[in-house]
Amino acid sequence: MAETVPVKSAGIHRDRFAQLTIYIAAFMVCAAFVWILSDIVRGGVAHLSWSFLVDAPRDAGRAGGIGPILVSTVLVLLVALTAALPLGWMTAALLAEYVSADSTFGSAVRYSLQVLAGVPSIVFGLFGNAFFSIYLGMGFSILSGGLTLACMLLPILVSTGEAGLRAVPDAYRLSAAALGMSRKTTLFHLLLPAAAPSLAAGLLLGIGRAVAETAALLFTSGYVDRMPGSLLDSGRTLAIHIFDLSMNVSGGDASAHASALVLITALLLINIAAMRLTAGWQRRKIVPE
Amino acid sequence: MLWLLCGAAGIAAALVLLILLFLSAESWPALRHISIGRFLNDPSWNPGESMYKLTPMLSGTLYAAGGALLLAIPLGIASALFIAYYASPRGAGIYRHLIELLAGIPSVVYGFWGLTTLVPLINQLHPPGASLLAGILVLTLMILPTIALTAHASLLSVPPDYLRGAAALGISRWGMIRGVALPAAKTGIAAGIILAAGRAIGETMAVLMVTGNVVQHAASLFDPIRTLAANIALEMPYAMGDHRAALFVSGLTLMLLVMMLWSVAAQLGRNRDG
Repeated sequence: MAETVPVKSAGIHRDRFAQLTIYIAAFMVCAAFVWILSDIVRGGVAHLSWSFLVDAPRDAGRAGGIGPILVSTVLVLLVALTAALPLGWMTAALLAEYVSADSTFGSAVRYSLQVLAGVPSIVFGLFGNAFFSIYLGMGFSILSGGLTLACMLLPILVSTGEAGLRAVPDAYRLSAAALGMSRKTTLFHLLLPAAAPSLAAGLLLGIGRAVAETAALLFTSGYVDRMPGSLLDSGRTLAIHIFDLSMNVSGGDASAHASALVLITALLLINIAAMRLTAGWQRRKIVPE
Repeated sequence: MLWLLCGAAGIAAALVLLILLFLSAESWPALRHISIGRFLNDPSWNPGESMYKLTPMLSGTLYAAGGALLLAIPLGIASALFIAYYASPRGAGIYRHLIELLAGIPSVVYGFWGLTTLVPLINQLHPPGASLLAGILVLTLMILPTIALTAHASLLSVPPDYLRGAAALGISRWGMIRGVALPAAKTGIAAGIILAAGRAIGETMAVLMVTGNVVQHAASLFDPIRTLAANIALEMPYAMGDHRAALFVSGLTLMLLVMMLWSVAAQLGRNRDG
């Protein structure tokens, strides 16, 4: 018996040590998160005001506000969503409802979406510049930036949409078929409404991704910080504004901090809303044991 | 109706081909004029005098991504273990949300934070501050969520019977994790690490803002470097002719590198399912 005691206590020590290490790692990640957030909030909150949100930038962004930049950001986002939503959700419906998982077409689509999800955003920027801006002649414009973003959003919209549709119980489809409903009616009146929370979560995640994007927009939607007159004008998004202020404009740090605060607040709200939706949807999906 | 859906899916699938096509078409002038060897053997990167040595950028990319992985893998796996086995249900939920929010912070904000907080700190330690180390630290924070969330997902998919069996044998918690849970989840964790490597290699803005962007092979952690992606973002606005084509070549290289990594990850995922 005497021999087993040291072995056991060694095990306990190892256990305690592992636990300590893991707690320290978790604490470090939390600390980094709080550090980043508090730096951004502390640096930006003094400069933030209503007039900062609506005024036009002056003196290359050192003074004035971010009014036109917010407008450009929203316009780029709207273009991206208008293009990506129908395409993404139709693809999701096809993958979930019409083709089997191992058909050639289905797996080809799924494979290329996977690849698309991994393409670095700077590569999307190069592609958008070559295809939308130059080949299709859109130039540096909100339209070409938005369409480039649409390509980036497709994978996330399709994967959340497909997961949402697949989570709808088969009983819905069987009952609809028993009632003689066509597949189209079933899809529009039964399956899509049932999958709505997941579609909405995907939409919010997509919006978050789009608002956060910088590299893909650098050489597609451009740097111009005036109020855009049309979709063919160049427009600077909030993320690019932060980049430009901190890298190319000396003395722009206060405005950059405030812009970063606006961006990060918007993103946190969007992401929290998306998490709420997914959590609610999973709670309904999982049958309590 | 079905045709409409197929059309939409076809467009989605064709996008990858379209991207590859346009990158190749734009790279073609460079690939025709400049032999592949010159991207490796030219004396320097100086497109004005048509010298196109990409190796310093390649080494910068690999150092930054490798360093970030070295830090993010233990932190990410520890985070996943914390959520799965150590934290109370409430604590685990909060911590998981925090990691998800960390994943949602835009790269330009990471870059800005690195530039205003990390770089001055590193500068006090060892000038100039904008360095490989700053890039590694920022990248670590950016890829940690990918590793933590995929590792957690694969820990969740470890059959509960394994864990109950381990508990019934009276194995300690760490023994159960090391002997049962981690081996059972290892392919999923590996796939997550590969995805994170892909992100680290392709990341542009944050790295561009904190690494100083000097084209050189880094001799120490405190040397400034320039990555392939940062090089594209820096020089695209004024690049013409062969220079522009050379940037597209580096973009194509990045895309192929990431596609390769993703194929490996997908393969791992498939083996785990099978």
